[in-house]
Amino acid sequence: MTAPVADPAFLTRALLPDLVVSGGAMLLLLYGVWGPETEGRRRGLLLGALVTIAAATCATAFTAATLPRTGVGPLATDAFRWMADVVILLGTLLTLMVMRDHAPRARWALAEPAVLVLLAAGGMMLLAAARDLILVFLGIELMSVASYVLAGIDRRNPRSAEAALKYFLLGAFSTGFLLYGIALLYGATGTTDLARIGQALAAGPSVMATAGLGLLLVGFAFKVAAVPFHLWTPDVYDGAPTPVSGFFATAVKAATFTALVRVTLVAVSPTLVPWNEAVWWLAALTMIAGNAFAIRQRNLKRMLAYSSIAHAGFLLVAVATHTPAGAAAIQFYLLAYALATIGAFAVLSAVGEAADGILHARRLEGLWQVRPGLAMAMAVFMLALLGFPLAGGIGFFAKWYVLQAALQAPVPQTALSIILVVATVVSATFYLYVVMVMFMRPRPADAEAPAPTPAMTRLVIATAVVVILVFGVYPTPLVRVARASAASSFPAGR
Amino acid sequence: MHPLTGTAADLVWLLPLLPFLGFVANGWLSLRGAVRARVTAHPTRLETEGSRHPQFTLVNVIGVGSVVAAFGVAIAVFAALAGAPDAAGPYVQTYGSWLPSGDLRVDWAFQVDRLSMVMALIVTGVGALIHVFSVGYMADDPGYPRYFSYLNLFVFFMLTLVLGASYAVIFVGWEGVGLASYLLIGFWFSETRNADAGKKAFIVNRVGDFGFLIAMFLLWANLGTLDFREVAQRVPELAAGGGLVTAICLFLFLGAAGKSAQMPLYIWLPDAMAGPTPVSALIHAATMVTGGVYLVARSADLFAIAPVASLTVVVVGAVTAIFAAVIGLKQWDIKKVLAYSTVSQLGMMFVAVGSGAYVAGLFHLVTHAFFKALLFLGAGAVIHALHHGYHAVHDETSDAQDLRLMGGLRRRMPVTFALMWIATLAIAGVPPLAGFFSKDEILASVFRQAGGSALAQATWLGIPGSVVLGTAYAILLVTALLTAVYMTRLMRYAFHGPSRVPGDAAAHVAESPWVMRGPLVVLGALTVAGGWLNLPALLPLGPVGTLEHWLAPVTGRGAAVLAAGAPALGHGTEQALVGVAVAVALAGIAIAWVVCRPDAVPAPDAPAPTSGFGWLLSNKFFVDEAIEALIVAPLVKVSRLVLWRGIDLGVLDALFVRGPGALTRGIGWAGTRLQSGLVGTYVWVIAIAVLAVLGLMLLMK
Repeated sequence: MTAPVADPAFLTRALLPDLVVSGGAMLLLLYGVWGPETEGRRRGLLLGALVTIAAATCATAFTAATLPRTGVGPLATDAFRWMADVVILLGTLLTLMVMRDHAPRARWALAEPAVLVLLAAGGMMLLAAARDLILVFLGIELMSVASYVLAGIDRRNPRSAEAALKYFLLGAFSTGFLLYGIALLYGATGTTDLARIGQALAAGPSVMATAGLGLLLVGFAFKVAAVPFHLWTPDVYDGAPTPVSGFFATAVKAATFTALVRVTLVAVSPTLVPWNEAVWWLAALTMIAGNAFAIRQRNLKRMLAYSSIAHAGFLLVAVATHTPAGAAAIQFYLLAYALATIGAFAVLSAVGEAADGILHARRLEGLWQVRPGLAMAMAVFMLALLGFPLAGGIGFFAKWYVLQAALQAPVPQTALSIILVVATVVSATFYLYVVMVMFMRPRPADAEAPAPTPAMTRLVIATAVVVILVFGVYPTPLVRVARASAASSFPAGR
Repeated sequence: MHPLTGTAADLVWLLPLLPFLGFVANGWLSLRGAVRARVTAHPTRLETEGSRHPQFTLVNVIGVGSVVAAFGVAIAVFAALAGAPDAAGPYVQTYGSWLPSGDLRVDWAFQVDRLSMVMALIVTGVGALIHVFSVGYMADDPGYPRYFSYLNLFVFFMLTLVLGASYAVIFVGWEGVGLASYLLIGFWFSETRNADAGKKAFIVNRVGDFGFLIAMFLLWANLGTLDFREVAQRVPELAAGGGLVTAICLFLFLGAAGKSAQMPLYIWLPDAMAGPTPVSALIHAATMVTGGVYLVARSADLFAIAPVASLTVVVVGAVTAIFAAVIGLKQWDIKKVLAYSTVSQLGMMFVAVGSGAYVAGLFHLVTHAFFKALLFLGAGAVIHALHHGYHAVHDETSDAQDLRLMGGLRRRMPVTFALMWIATLAIAGVPPLAGFFSKDEILASVFRQAGGSALAQATWLGIPGSVVLGTAYAILLVTALLTAVYMTRLMRYAFHGPSRVPGDAAAHVAESPWVMRGPLVVLGALTVAGGWLNLPALLPLGPVGTLEHWLAPVTGRGAAVLAAGAPALGHGTEQALVGVAVAVALAGIAIAWVVCRPDAVPAPDAPAPTSGFGWLLSNKFFVDEAIEALIVAPLVKVSRLVLWRGIDLGVLDALFVRGPGALTRGIGWAGTRLQSGLVGTYVWVIAIAVLAVLGLMLLMK
């Protein structure tokens, strides 16, 4: 191993963005517990969180600019990591902004969730950087433990508590598989370093190594909510507070996919049949089942949960390509998906739940008549998730580049591409259902108008719409950056 | 380095941007509804103050200001271009790559050249005048901000159309003006008739757009580019007169015929008169409908080596010109007369560009923009005034556009009366007005081409080109006669004789406010002076052939190819041609003056003729009905019985909708069964799934 690995100064610098986020979270925690939560304090909390994210973004830019991209060791310093950090930080930022408006209305304190979101973000960024299975595990756990608590942050609401308990129990269960997989891989190869695992497996994996890889994949599949490891998702997204569900659906997914791509491209040979076969089946099942399950849903948070499952399937197609182009497609897709999903959850947060705590599609009936702006924005998000050209903006290109990567891979994923297209057609039924309800159903006479949309939520929605539409017309710069980052981070042949 | 680099030509991006910003700003104002709400809260103020209402000031500043500013930019760019040498070539500004996909590269690029800037000046100049006119015309309409945002949107797309540096960018503008036109035709959408007219325009135009798209695909497949400069360079690769280039040109012309309302796709334009009158003036007379002529002229290099396609353009143009002029003879709606007149004049322009006289066609396009905009705005002023008259006496039933209910307006609206007569004489072709010069040039060019040019030696469906062109000349002469007749008829019925306005409304009819009269006066001046743009050598009243010389770098090559071998006309012949044209115009005016007696106008409810030519004419030759019976009805029948009931419901639904629907419902049902909400079930499923994954992987190993 070359010098930087052992060099604590190098490691500290490589971890700088993660340290800034975690440090900011700690300071915010102190500030949050200092006194009772008032409107002024909430403003201070949001400001602190924004400053933390801004500082972390600067730290990311600084580290990315000063460290060599090709450093070896447990922490990646390549462009792929920095891109992932940007998506994670963006998701965190938008979540915090929506949360700031949501908390006072839902009557829960903002301090704890804000700190927890930042802590989770720290874990995600570590996960995006991990080139060692131990760090992968650490990152996943940092992210997950914070997430379990976040799901139950609305303490007075039994549904929220149920979501947290389920998430925790099943999460702990799947962590067992992940850890067992890591242990088996270590046993088979004598290392936890991804690159060296890759070298050791190049000759053909033993039974023990194959089992290890399988359990590792199971751990990832649980976190990204791939079928059949998705069962927790609808219950948790439904019970958790709306902005938290948005966070789970985007940032958590982005970080986990980043790590999965890295594991796939660094540790697994493209010709490793068992892994490819398992990823293929996961992708196919997830696309088919995720979309099929969503059709019958009229509970919008559950519908979006199934939508997030379906999108995990689409992303797994790109993983299955086993190419840098696939990795680039994933990063592009994650950004597009994160904007549309957080936007959709922000709209739901603005519309608010019914008294029974359920966000039924009926809540959106005739929204066009009372809140045309919200309805238009939601339509854009739904079309983006559907992957509709132009009106769905960036969402169309996200799917387009995944398809392109799948069909241009050395082993073209023709069957998966066909499933992807068919599944997308199926998904129109529930995305367009939402649009139909908003625009073509009359507003029920007894429905109260939604409260005015708070400023931060409005800002999040507007930003998401603009970015989606602008890059939907002109995606070239983003694609170019994503492709360059993936190509430089995963040079062919390794 | 291009000589225009660093000059005002670099500002060309501002041209479309300004109206676009106007569209966004006024669109926002209109959506916000605050303006509307505050206005409707004080309806009396709206009535008395009109567009001087304080809430409208901002709308005016944005709506009119953006187009006036764009006109300023156009003048600056034009001046820079005029200062550049003749050989400078088009100045293309690329703002980014739009569609980099495989080998296809389409850039967002604008092209500053002599043709595009002439068009840009017309669009922004005439556009600005019509915007100003609209301030008065639309003053008491509650949709005021929406109107201006649509109008600005139109100008934005029209500028994209004329400035685009490739067929693809033009197509964006092409579709965009179609959208703006649809929105404005159906501006008063609460009446089904108006909304239907908008839909008709949109759908008929789709037929043309299909042609445009096919032409682009053919160009792309064979030349690998859609960029004008590259197409022009690579034209020699296409076999001259070959099937491919003929097909490309014919499909391009199909697109042009849709947008420019040529046979048989003209049927949407008369219906489009349902929109506000300034819209008819701007979109359906001066600018958008000339897009097809522009497209053919822009593709001059292609049409030059496709004589069969060029002759097709001549034939369709000539047939349209006379056909529409005949229908225009018997219309009673003042705007419908002008609409058929526009169709007919566009036909003349197509005869010109089809016969290779590109400059003559574009010259007529320019002068037509002046005098037809003047006629439409004048008609708008009349309608506006009558409308107010009816409103004042609470007459809700009388039609303000019916010529049978006009008459005697000369005394009430003297300025409008005088200006409309100028425009009428211009369109009839009376010297020395603009229309005389441009129409005479078309006639002379077609006559010259008929005598031995390369085009005259080609054959069209077995007919020699000389015969086609000669017939076209004759048809155009008759059309010129008819033009003078129907326009004089319009003037005679509207302004002369005793008033036929029902009730006391006539007493309330008055000249329109200055904000409406001003643009009329400016257009009147242009109508008088526009001919100086391209004086013939025969009448050297100033610099000769300015436009000819100016456009030579763009259309000169194509024109030279088609005109090769045509002998120059002798001085005597030219004089004779001018004499014939003027005689025809004066004869038309005289005939109409004698025949159309204002005291012999039938009552509006008089039964239409039920036989003979009058019957055919009053039913517009049953073209709409024929299209309905021959194309629409069979299409509907086939699509309903065969495609929908048979294939869609019978085959496709069963195989691809109900089948997979049942399947997905089944999967969904299984999913909900699994989704019991019980952690125990979940753990059990996960455990089974883990075993499945491990089993699969170990088996595959």
